[in-house]
Amino acid sequence: MSKILELKNLKKYYTTQKAVDDISFSIEKGSIFGLLGPNGAGKTTLLRMITGIFYPDQGEIILDGKTFDPLNDIIKIGYMPEERGLYKKMKIGDQALYLAQLKGMSKAEAMEKIKFWFKRMEMESWWNKKVEDLSKGMSQKLQFVITVLHEPKLIILDEPFSGLDPVNANLIKDEIYGLAQRGCTVIFSTHRMEQVEEICDHIVLVNLGKKILDGTVAGIKQDFKENIYSIKVHEMPSIISNDAFYVVDQTANLLTVKINEGKNSNDVLKYFIQQNLTIESFNEVLPSLNDIFINLVEGTKATTRAFQPIND
Amino acid sequence: MNKILLVARREFLTRVQKKTFLLSTIGLPLIIFGFYAMIIYFSIKTTDNYKIAVADKANIFNGKIESKDNEVIFEFVQSDTATLQNNLMKNTYQAFLYVPTKFTLEGKDSLYFRSAKSVGIMTREKIQNLINKALEEKRLMGFNITKAQLDSLQKENEYIQFSSASGKTENETKVGVSYAVGMISGFMIYIILFIYGTMVMRGVMEEKVSRIAEVIISSVKPFQLMMGKIFGIGAVGLIQFLIWLVLVFGIQFAVALMFPSLVQSMQGQPIQPAGMQAAHAVQESGAMSGAMKGLSTINFPLIIGCFIFYFIGGYLLYSSLFAAVGSAVNEDPQDAQSLLLPITMPIIFAIVIMMKAVNDPNSGIAVFGSLFPLTSPIVMMARVAYGVPDGVSLFQLILSMVLLILGFLGTTWVAAKIYRTGILLYGKKITWKVMWTWAWKKN
Repeated sequence: MSKILELKNLKKYYTTQKAVDDISFSIEKGSIFGLLGPNGAGKTTLLRMITGIFYPDQGEIILDGKTFDPLNDIIKIGYMPEERGLYKKMKIGDQALYLAQLKGMSKAEAMEKIKFWFKRMEMESWWNKKVEDLSKGMSQKLQFVITVLHEPKLIILDEPFSGLDPVNANLIKDEIYGLAQRGCTVIFSTHRMEQVEEICDHIVLVNLGKKILDGTVAGIKQDFKENIYSIKVHEMPSIISNDAFYVVDQTANLLTVKINEGKNSNDVLKYFIQQNLTIESFNEVLPSLNDIFINLVEGTKATTRAFQPIND
Repeated sequence: MNKILLVARREFLTRVQKKTFLLSTIGLPLIIFGFYAMIIYFSIKTTDNYKIAVADKANIFNGKIESKDNEVIFEFVQSDTATLQNNLMKNTYQAFLYVPTKFTLEGKDSLYFRSAKSVGIMTREKIQNLINKALEEKRLMGFNITKAQLDSLQKENEYIQFSSASGKTENETKVGVSYAVGMISGFMIYIILFIYGTMVMRGVMEEKVSRIAEVIISSVKPFQLMMGKIFGIGAVGLIQFLIWLVLVFGIQFAVALMFPSLVQSMQGQPIQPAGMQAAHAVQESGAMSGAMKGLSTINFPLIIGCFIFYFIGGYLLYSSLFAAVGSAVNEDPQDAQSLLLPITMPIIFAIVIMMKAVNDPNSGIAVFGSLFPLTSPIVMMARVAYGVPDGVSLFQLILSMVLLILGFLGTTWVAAKIYRTGILLYGKKITWKVMWTWAWKKN
């Protein structure tokens, strides 16, 4: 698969901090990409550079094989920022038409797409309503439609599910899958790790302006696994002693064990078979992205700088 | 460029389609004309007679005190103070003037004036003037000057003809009308700068507060968004102004058609010799018809042309600064107040200079104010009202226009940089110091 977006050594320094400090990664066409990071890690600055709102101090952005041209490549990108809103007093239909035209679509073309998407998302009756009449979830849905209306090659969604109920969240999730299948690439920025695990193929974790993790979700989990297995036994043995593993946690008939260095799962199974203990299930426990995220970010300035005691 | 037009079109249409636009566009001229009509009404309508009984015991006035209009009437009676006081209470007359028997023109005795109710300052001044004038005449006549000689003495001020280097004669009414036209157009530009400037600022704040700014900035450059907004609102202002202009002339024409007698009566009234009377009681009807004549001496194409130029130039110059302030304000509109001060200061400064310039269009401060781009839109109108080259030389006018265009390019350039940073920044209180650093930082 070819790359839709390549970032090479991007840098953006503000007067007080290095918002983005030498970040490079690439995104494959048709993938769903997760950009993760704690608050203030530099995600928004990074996204603003990709969307052409900011110019990088240094580095290069390559979109679809060519150097990114912020003026003319706007039509290829759909960006839903975290700080988003609409004109409250403007009619929804007019608003969608206006924003689509700003992207560079002709009026007729924009009209056709709006009708298509409004029908698809069951929003046809909204046309003459004003945004102030919509609920938060409804305006979120409208915002999503406006972002993807021009069928951009690259869709960037910053916290797309905030404020959505599960039904509408699923609706949008399905649309995201659908867009990816039709060849769109989706960049997805969030703090919600369970959504990332569910949706994303590939993730990058940034913290304090630097990239600290890059890979597929499965690959990263493998990299961070700690050889922990959960074993469901028919009957809990009173004493477990061997050199292959040790018990981390123990509940009614569920054992969580960690395999020692140099041993593998077969050594564990061998022990139970030798002891004639019936195993009902045996699973590897992979760390959740949440755990990995917290592990990597914890202890850095990002989480501790918020409130510090002041000695007076 | 195309996107600036798209933004401008939306800004224009959303505002023009509002009901408030229609109300203010149609309503304002009606209010102004209502005001205008009221002034005419009150000036034409004769005021209630103010009847004064004169008990001239010393026979100083010879039974007559001249009173040009019928506002104040002097009636000579032969009563003593008690009867006068009594009649005053019965409201036979509003006041009485008592001249004691020993009163002489040469002496320093006082006349006694007593009114039923306290007299307003205008009427009081008028009465005082009439009496003093009568006394003065009597004194002069005491030197064997005839009435005819006296009249010719008083006419002398009409023989001075003021004219400027260009050879055009200037009478008092022309100067007065130039003064009024300069003052009104200066004030109108002042009001326009504020109304449409704050409209731009509120538009920017709305985009920032409703969080739509970043959605739009991902499709258009911040500069395009800002310029689109400025052009769109500017077009609203221009349309509004043109509608007003048409309405004003239309109503004036309609009034002339419907009430020809009214216009005639206004114009038919004799123009007062300005010297004596102008300083005295207000004579609206006379001033009004004088104004009608004076208006015809004003070069309207020049004034209207300059007005539109300085309106657009001043608006473009200031609106980008208002936009910059709007972009720096967070949710709290109160923040805008303190940030606006550096913008409102030069506008108010300009009004102060304008006041000076309408009196003396060629003074140093007026020349400076009419060239300096931050004040020129207001001050130059005051000078242009006196015409070219009497009020302002052609060179200065062109220089001022060029400087205004350069000033507008300068403020827009600075404001665009502030705007670009401010529009995406939330939650931080911004000061002018911070905005200053934004203006000078590189991309």
